[in-house]
Amino acid sequence: MTETLMLWQALNRALDIEMASDESVFTLGEDVGLYGGSYRVTEGLYAKYGEWRVRDTPISEGGFTGLGVGAALTGMRPVVEIMTINFALLALDAIINMAAKIPFMSGGQFPMPLVIRMPGGVAKQLAAQHSQRLEHTLMNVPGLRIVVPATPQDAWWQLRQAIASDEPVIVLEHELLYFEKGEVDLTTVPPPMHQAIVRRAGTDLTIVSYSRMANLALSAAQQLADQNIQAEVIDLRSLSPIDWETCAASLRKTHRLLVVEEDCRFAGTGAEIIAGLTERCFFELDAVPVRVAGLDMPTPFNAELEAASIPRVEDIVAAASQLAGTTPRPG
Amino acid sequence: MDRDTLHKFLYDMLLARAFEERAAQEYSNGNIAGFLHLYPGEEAVAVGVIHAAEPSDYLVTTYREHVHALVRGIPPRQVMAELFGRRDGICKGMGGSMHLFDRERRFMGGYAIVGETFPVATGIGYSVALRDLPEAVICFFGDGAVNQGTFHEALNMAALWKLPVLFVCENNHYQIGTEIHRHSAVVDVHKRACAYNIPAEKLDGMDVINVYEATRHALTQIRAGNGPQLLEFETYRFRGHSMADAGNYRPRAEVNSQSGRDPVDTVIHEAEIGYPTQAEIAAAGPDLVDQLVCHVAAADHFNEQHIDSVRREIDKVVEDAVQFALASPPPDMQDARDSLYCNRKHETLLEGSQHD
Ligand SMILES: Cc1ncc(C[n+]2csc(CCOP(=O)(O)OP(=O)(O)O)c2C)c(N)n1
Ligand SMILES: [Mg+2]
Repeated sequence: MTETLMLWQALNRALDIEMASDESVFTLGEDVGLYGGSYRVTEGLYAKYGEWRVRDTPISEGGFTGLGVGAALTGMRPVVEIMTINFALLALDAIINMAAKIPFMSGGQFPMPLVIRMPGGVAKQLAAQHSQRLEHTLMNVPGLRIVVPATPQDAWWQLRQAIASDEPVIVLEHELLYFEKGEVDLTTVPPPMHQAIVRRAGTDLTIVSYSRMANLALSAAQQLADQNIQAEVIDLRSLSPIDWETCAASLRKTHRLLVVEEDCRFAGTGAEIIAGLTERCFFELDAVPVRVAGLDMPTPFNAELEAASIPRVEDIVAAASQLAGTTPRPG
Repeated sequence: MDRDTLHKFLYDMLLARAFEERAAQEYSNGNIAGFLHLYPGEEAVAVGVIHAAEPSDYLVTTYREHVHALVRGIPPRQVMAELFGRRDGICKGMGGSMHLFDRERRFMGGYAIVGETFPVATGIGYSVALRDLPEAVICFFGDGAVNQGTFHEALNMAALWKLPVLFVCENNHYQIGTEIHRHSAVVDVHKRACAYNIPAEKLDGMDVINVYEATRHALTQIRAGNGPQLLEFETYRFRGHSMADAGNYRPRAEVNSQSGRDPVDTVIHEAEIGYPTQAEIAAAGPDLVDQLVCHVAAADHFNEQHIDSVRREIDKVVEDAVQFALASPPPDMQDARDSLYCNRKHETLLEGSQHD
């Protein structure tokens, strides 16, 4: 059964079906209840499940995320909504010191079926404190899983899988994707939560990306096709762990790697992807891997500077055509 | 209240309202984007508090801070240009609506992560106390911010070390769509201060004179070295939380009932107190006549004509601010880099070690 849904609706349906089928699932966060969620993800759930299972919280990110940890320790399946990833900085103790550590420190006694949903990314002139991405901050924490759905289909699949998981899962959404539409197959068995997906097949280079940038990479690939460059586009879908084999298989075909990330370049996600793939595929590579990434600066408020501070389709096209044109290294 | 002070209140209240309504219009015109949090309904708090402060006192504010900036004396041109993201804005278009800063006027920033104003203000207070200066710090925050750990941590330290900080709660009863009784176990914000032995009071925040006097009193205590104080002003925002919020969660009856308490109308009413009529003087009786005469002599009065002329003046100021903003160029990438590396002036990095 397939339906056309916006990404927020796919998340809403996923949460609804999980709450209906499992009473241990509950959600909490600022304005998730009466108001229906800042991005509508929890719309209608307060009326359906009541205030104990759809809890409006005070502005206490550290406190209510920690509350989620406590509830998860006793077998509940909390879905904590943090309004945006920028506010998760106040909850890092709960996320990093508690959720990611307790199962390990207890010698494996405790499950941690905690989901933390939040959007990140540069939206539209929200300024430096409200435009952060920060995925690399969480990738560096063993014990956490991170999924980055870019389509309504993946939102539907991955939120359901995250709720079903006994590990703490960060569902990192993107502020600009909530109102993107897509076909959602509501019945097929989903691929593994961390499996990458080849969104477009190609032979000349591999573009590895995730979240909103994967969509941009796809648009870039269409433009590249007009220049007779066939780019293969991989959407990672998960940043921890990373499905290396899907990427490596692609590189064995294309021999050229371009990584596109919205976050700042320095010590970022792209650095990990390139290091990981270089280790695995060094002898397959015909050119130095290339990153198209955000500038290493806080996001400026001004609209033009903001737009120039993160990758645009034309930046990806330019980098890809240059990379595709580089001559293979001898021998 | 003397005529000059009353006139300043009147001017700032009317400017605040006109500026914010125009900002809303410019948002609809597409000249302003992003989160725009407006202040109509709450003007008496910023105007009363900031007028009670000395220019040497420091201000720390939230993202709903355009009016605070104007009252502090940042020219409307530079505030509007910042809202437009232009180079002539007070922060060169880097910060925008939620992040106004003016070092020269000791306007120590608009902070958009709820709860940040407490520790920052406490730190400024520490630096003032350490050097034994006569200055005070005014820390603004909303009713929703008191559930952040930073509130409790900062109040404790401020009280413990007797820091010169005035905590000012702009209690508009809402944390975006969540009403205060649904976000706080204790809805009287001022009561929380007693946990740290901080003197605190709840006051009507719709009457600018009331706000001004309470603030003066609190600042006197603070300057006497008695440590922090907290004032909770009851107020109401007439608009949604930001331009992205229609505010539909608030019952119409509630919004309507509050509009009768419009602080701008109240200040106009207060400013309009004219000379008493002969009949009023007679009715007041012999003792009160003296009092009335004194009050009138001290307060003077403004008639409707005068108020209209102030409004016209303000319309011109706001129009000028918009034209200035429109004419200002956008900042370029070099401006952004200069802002980022503004503190690296005296160091040249090793070749090749620059990011990017
Ligand atoms: C740490 C953090 N959490 C959430 C938000 C989102 N947010 C912005 S304003 C706001 C409500 C604040 O309410 P209050 O403190 O009462 O101030 P008001 O907007 O009413 O002036 C929220 C939840 C934020 N900016 N920072
Ligand atoms: Mg409030």
